[in-house]
Amino acid sequence: MNNLIQGKTSDWETVIGLEIHAQVKSNSKLFSSSSTKFGGSPNSQVSLVDAAMPGMLPVINEYCIKQAIKTGLGLEAKINSYSVFDRKNYFYADLPQGYQISQYKNPIVGEGKVTIDFKDGKSKDIRIIRLHLEQDAGKSIHDQNPTKTYVDLNRSGVALMEIVSEPDIRSAEEAGLYINKIRTILKYLDTCDGNMQEGSLRADVNISVRKPGDDYGTRCEIKNLNSIKFIKQSIEYEAKRQINLIEEGGIIEQNTLLFDAQTGKTKPMRSKEEAHDYRYFPDPDLLPLNLEKSFIENIRKEIPELPDERKKKYIKALKLSSYDSSILTSDKDVSNYFDLVLKTHKELKDSAKLVTNWITSELFSKLKKNEITILKSPISADYLGQLVILIITDKISGKIAKDVFEEMFITKKSPNNIVKEKGLAQVTNTNKIKDIVDQVLDLNKEKVRDYKSGKTKLLGFFVGQAMKLSKGKANPKLLNQILINKLNK
Amino acid sequence: MEFTTIKETSEQLKNKKISIKELSEIFIDRINNNLNLNAFIYFNKENIHHQITSHFDKKSLLNGIPLAIKDLFCTKSMPTTAGSKILKDFQPPYESFVTHKLLNEGAIFLGKTNCDEFAMGSSNTTSYFGSVVNPLSLKNKPLVPGGSSGGSAAAVAANLCLGATGTDTGGSIRQPASFCGVVGIKPTYGLCSRWGIVAFASSLDQAGIFTNNVNDSAILMQAIAGHDSHDSTSANIKIPNYFESINADLSGKTVGIPSEYHVPGIPEEINVVWEKAIKVLERGGVKIKNISLPHTKYALPAYYIIAPAEASSNLARYDGVKYGLRSKNNTSLDEMYEMTRSEGFGKEVKRRVLIGTYVLSAGYYDAYYLKAQKVRTLIANDFMNAYKDCDFILTPTTPSAAFPIGDKEDDPIKMYLNDVFTVPASLAGIPGISIPFGKSQQGLPLGIQLLCKHFDEQTLFNAASYLEKNYE
Amino acid sequence: MKIDKNTTLKIAKLSRIKIDESEIDELSSQLSSIVDWVEQLNEVNTDTVEPLSNVSMAKLPLRKDIENLKDNSEEVLSNAPDKLEKYFAVPKVVE
Repeated sequence: MNNLIQGKTSDWETVIGLEIHAQVKSNSKLFSSSSTKFGGSPNSQVSLVDAAMPGMLPVINEYCIKQAIKTGLGLEAKINSYSVFDRKNYFYADLPQGYQISQYKNPIVGEGKVTIDFKDGKSKDIRIIRLHLEQDAGKSIHDQNPTKTYVDLNRSGVALMEIVSEPDIRSAEEAGLYINKIRTILKYLDTCDGNMQEGSLRADVNISVRKPGDDYGTRCEIKNLNSIKFIKQSIEYEAKRQINLIEEGGIIEQNTLLFDAQTGKTKPMRSKEEAHDYRYFPDPDLLPLNLEKSFIENIRKEIPELPDERKKKYIKALKLSSYDSSILTSDKDVSNYFDLVLKTHKELKDSAKLVTNWITSELFSKLKKNEITILKSPISADYLGQLVILIITDKISGKIAKDVFEEMFITKKSPNNIVKEKGLAQVTNTNKIKDIVDQVLDLNKEKVRDYKSGKTKLLGFFVGQAMKLSKGKANPKLLNQILINKLNK
Repeated sequence: MEFTTIKETSEQLKNKKISIKELSEIFIDRINNNLNLNAFIYFNKENIHHQITSHFDKKSLLNGIPLAIKDLFCTKSMPTTAGSKILKDFQPPYESFVTHKLLNEGAIFLGKTNCDEFAMGSSNTTSYFGSVVNPLSLKNKPLVPGGSSGGSAAAVAANLCLGATGTDTGGSIRQPASFCGVVGIKPTYGLCSRWGIVAFASSLDQAGIFTNNVNDSAILMQAIAGHDSHDSTSANIKIPNYFESINADLSGKTVGIPSEYHVPGIPEEINVVWEKAIKVLERGGVKIKNISLPHTKYALPAYYIIAPAEASSNLARYDGVKYGLRSKNNTSLDEMYEMTRSEGFGKEVKRRVLIGTYVLSAGYYDAYYLKAQKVRTLIANDFMNAYKDCDFILTPTTPSAAFPIGDKEDDPIKMYLNDVFTVPASLAGIPGISIPFGKSQQGLPLGIQLLCKHFDEQTLFNAASYLEKNYE
Repeated sequence: MKIDKNTTLKIAKLSRIKIDESEIDELSSQLSSIVDWVEQLNEVNTDTVEPLSNVSMAKLPLRKDIENLKDNSEEVLSNAPDKLEKYFAVPKVVE
């Protein structure tokens, strides 16, 4: 696949690395026991430790460590049994300690990788350099007063996992796929809720351009992007900006940038003009973290089957296409639902494609219209399976099935009940069908004569009439057979 | 009735020979008569009366006992300034773990004692609230009490309280104890919780005790020691009954005498007191062993890299945003930071913050901070090796007696050299006690220092008790 | 002199402490002496030595993930030099 951008003087390659900040799903913060709930009233979830009062000390949250390890395992990464928490020193209004507790040279998770899947079935590995734990900062509100900034420390101290990729990404599309894949994995593992609007997942983009085969160019960093749309837009804009600048004879300066969603452009951040010297050193209030092998292995046992594994299984054992498998596995709840359908109705193993279609076309559209997730689906996995069984055993036609499905969604009743109550069972009794056909042909003697004299297209008309008469319940295959037989007599 | 020891006073209170109120009044009077010492930053009669009226009796030796608290400990009922302008109006909404323990035992807090600003100093001359005067000062020649816990040492020496808390990072309890002629102990790092103590250098700070005798030191240390789950560096061990287990019989023990503590240029009187103590130990059946702590001379420079580095980070929170002083010059956030900290910090604090920032900065971390931490390992190993051959170590506490206020101000390094004998133990995290054991030529007190293995405070109390009993 | 005027100003900026013009020379000189003095550590061979960041021999204690739902905003804001309702207020930052 060719990701090259055509410039004025040559083709250009975009080189992108992403730093993702994912808020750890936990009840309390990383180093204090304040709540991590989103949207609390200002400074109501701030302990003395979070406010950096004199004499306060950090105590680490065991669950956050487990969540980081879980995530590392989900990224197929090395879990480091020895890691250190360091202080990253700088001054800002939403950083009460004047330093952030982070990890510098010894992060809890090392190298790993993530596979992204393209629509055409191809896939690519994006390498992960590391994952480390660190404190989130508070929130500064700049626009409520002309001379003052207001500070809310509720978010200060919430645990973040910073996931750093190698610069293996080559386009906005790949960046989008990468973030989505990370988000899917995090949600599968339940280590982060992946809610970008609430800020649970944010990304910084490191981007440079070069002519294919050249060394890496100077990169710029676009900070704090909180939607995939903005990530893609900012990449596209910035790549073009850098290419234009170089082609016009300019040099790229290493800059930290912000993306302006209104204008669709990147611009340098004013406060980062001077390079920060963070003066990292191991936090003397904390001891190094030494993890026992058994601790890590116990966490490994808790990990559910991950999207890539499930995808492989669907393709191999159920003969589903790569595309369908991707859609099913992109959301753990969807994948779980699908698995439950097949588990409850083992005979559907050979009809996996049909089950998939019912989920991804029919069910998805109904869920979307009603703004609910599959977890709240009024149609249970069991009942959906029953519906598909009715179809493949010819008990109802595909068209009737759609009506039954509607009814199931509204009433939550089982398909069998609905078919029985409404008498929607497909007519497969050949005698009954013969009767219906006879009726139709009787009522349309002229058209029969036309058919016999060569207008074979009228078959469709007869089928339609017979269907109407049978209220749609006639088995189409049988109906066709019997009609043709009778017409050709 | 004399009220010189906690043990005796506790008995008198228990036997109702005196009430808590009457006892406190005696000490309030004494403090009022010694305001010139400037030992207290916060001293308020009404506050003490309020404590007494709301007091519940506790079954403890410390019930009703009047103590003084170094103004580095956050106290809910009294302001906490750390001797600094930047915190001069700070009222903590919380109580430090250590002072909470003392209140739980029924102690009465007479007030917050003066100290060097943010515990940085060896003279108690850097406090925003003025210098403390050593009670043993000769007329017309005010002397330093030592630092940083100068106020607490002076208060105990002048009998303004029956005991006081202090903190010791590089010698800030032991050195003033020596200068003021009182007992001062710094426990093993991690024995006492640091929660609620204004942090100076996190890997070195420890709460400790001043008293005028060894028994009381054991009583108070037992009261304040113990695990705190809010302090990740707090040791989770059972605290022995130090006081009741004091055994002053040292026969069969071995004392290590480190050759490196014979420093050329030190006044002879220091060595005289040291020799005296060695002889007294010998008479008690203690074997004398010459030991070597080869990296001793590198302890001070290592300390003056590590402590400022940690301090520069610990003091970053004093930024005028959440509490404390905020400069009136605050047209921008950065200006607010710079002016607040410039106006709020004194000279010594600024120097140490700048040094600390420098040694951690890009390009210098390996050469200074990392190097110092490696030397620290060697110093700690020196002690570990030495303890294979001895049960405790005996050294002088200070390289001189108390000096006049105003001396050594021109050269920071001269001031730092005060800590030459106390800093190595701080770097190694081992416990140390200083007891008065002699006088200088001018009649000023000189202390002797005992150092033990980690968590072996009992041996410190035993040896100190023996020396105290056999002091001539 | 190891720490010259420019270096002093740079460190002061990193530490967010304003140094008066009149103080810079003396301060630079004092800082330089201190740095010169601590350089004697180079006499020690530490090639095979590990740094000691903490004397405590204990393990890092781990806390259970139980949240404290108490609203501490009053305590936390009780010493704030400037606030508005439940927010801390600082001079405006221009991004």
